[in-house]
Amino acid sequence: MFKWFGRVNYTPYTKVSDFARHLKNGRLMGSRCRHCGATSFPPKADCDACMSGDFEFVEVSGAGTLVTFTKIVAAPTGFEDVAPYNIGVLDLADGGRALAWLGETVPEADIAIGMELQLVPRILEELEEIKVYYTLERPGTTWSTAAADA
Amino acid sequence: MTRVGIIGLGHGVFGRRSDATVQELAFEAFREAMEDAGIERSRIDASVIGAVPEYHKQRSLAGVVQEYLGLVPKPTWLTEVACASGSAAIRTAWLSIKAGVHDVVAVVGCQKMTELGTAEILALMGRVGEVQWESGFGTTFPGYYAMFAKRHMHEFGTTRDQLTDVAIKNHFYGAMNPKALFRKAITKEKVAASEDVATPFQVYDCCANADGAACVILAREAVAKEVSSAPVWLSGMGCATASMSVLRRPSLVGLPSAEAAAAQAYAMAGITAKDVKVADVHDCFTIAEIMAYEDVGFCKKGEGGPFVADRQTYIGGTVAVNVDGGLKAKGHPIGATGVSMTYEIAKQLRGEAGERQVPDADVGLTHNVGGIGQYCFVQVLTRD
Repeated sequence: MFKWFGRVNYTPYTKVSDFARHLKNGRLMGSRCRHCGATSFPPKADCDACMSGDFEFVEVSGAGTLVTFTKIVAAPTGFEDVAPYNIGVLDLADGGRALAWLGETVPEADIAIGMELQLVPRILEELEEIKVYYTLERPGTTWSTAAADA
Repeated sequence: MTRVGIIGLGHGVFGRRSDATVQELAFEAFREAMEDAGIERSRIDASVIGAVPEYHKQRSLAGVVQEYLGLVPKPTWLTEVACASGSAAIRTAWLSIKAGVHDVVAVVGCQKMTELGTAEILALMGRVGEVQWESGFGTTFPGYYAMFAKRHMHEFGTTRDQLTDVAIKNHFYGAMNPKALFRKAITKEKVAASEDVATPFQVYDCCANADGAACVILAREAVAKEVSSAPVWLSGMGCATASMSVLRRPSLVGLPSAEAAAAQAYAMAGITAKDVKVADVHDCFTIAEIMAYEDVGFCKKGEGGPFVADRQTYIGGTVAVNVDGGLKAKGHPIGATGVSMTYEIAKQLRGEAGERQVPDADVGLTHNVGGIGQYCFVQVLTRD
């Protein structure tokens, strides 16, 4: 189901494909090595620390700090109609990082390195096919997990 | 162990070369390098081609170049590490001579980037980052360096004007380089008026795609001394990597691959950054040159902005950097760029750089980056 992840997806097949299913259900999942306990976000099937391929998903809070950002004006194929857009890199409180769009709860004039933000699961609703992603939002922004793990 | 000398230098004109195929571009540089070396073609033991394949209609480029250069049936192979493919070609040629397998190797960096239409270029641009977790958000090559720039500005107070200073310097020198794509000086006003690409970058913060080729001919020490009165030596060869994903880079204000590659090159050559008189660094974007000053040790981390603003990287400053125009003004035919850097620094060490000549240039450096720093090659060049 990893083909669901991203407005444009180049990697439909991966050992961590359940990440996208969890995201659709409103859950942000990192990985934890069952052998040595090392964690990763984004999730990674094969452990950096001990090379084990035995992992499990663990939920992360998505809270974090903005490391850097930019407004992309000259957009690549597949993003022409949404340009310009702001993207940022978030240092997650639970470890790891995420790169994502800055969402509508963060006005462009307010974007600043060091600000606290929340990584929030999203579904692109204007499309018929399922497209899930996440955005960087003001802390306290809520999202629906009502779909449950169906 | 033998030293490896540079005995031949060739360089075509960079630009929109709708007059030539990629192998014809390669031949321009090769012919000039062979004339410079003054050796018979039969003395070339092998060639190494630096290029990025996805830009060419011709698949498996090394074969068609090898045939056009007239080097069949000698060995050839292609090296690819994005924008550092040319330096990878030099490194593998150097290794083959060091290993005692070959005596003389021709290295050709070549790239034809204008074969692709805008749509194909935009599609490629969408896949420069790590495609699983990053490209789905519309990241671009300028976008990544723009995020480095934002962070550099945040941590060190680097300014918009200091980015502009890099572009102004490189266009100033590019105007003096007959092989450069852009041969006109630019003003601060011109930079400021250019369109946004990815904040804080505008058009003049970004290097331009180009077609072009460069060639260096390398030889083992005995051959180099036989055919050349003053060979330039590859005295320090560094090479390192950094994670592809920005999600796995602890620091976003420099390239760890560049720091590591520079340290290796200095140690091998037995010099320090202070000994370097002239350098070509990988200024794919203005911030990239500022970070390069810091990563190779020309100034401390965070001081790259004031360093260029104080004109310390003009001829007459602490170290002359990109006085061939850099990627910024010379153009960036990605496979050719690394070889073009070595060409320029060897010319400087020979005292053949004309009005751009750096006085007393006896130690030079190249710094060639692939992608957003996942690969970096640093060379120290010296003369006897």
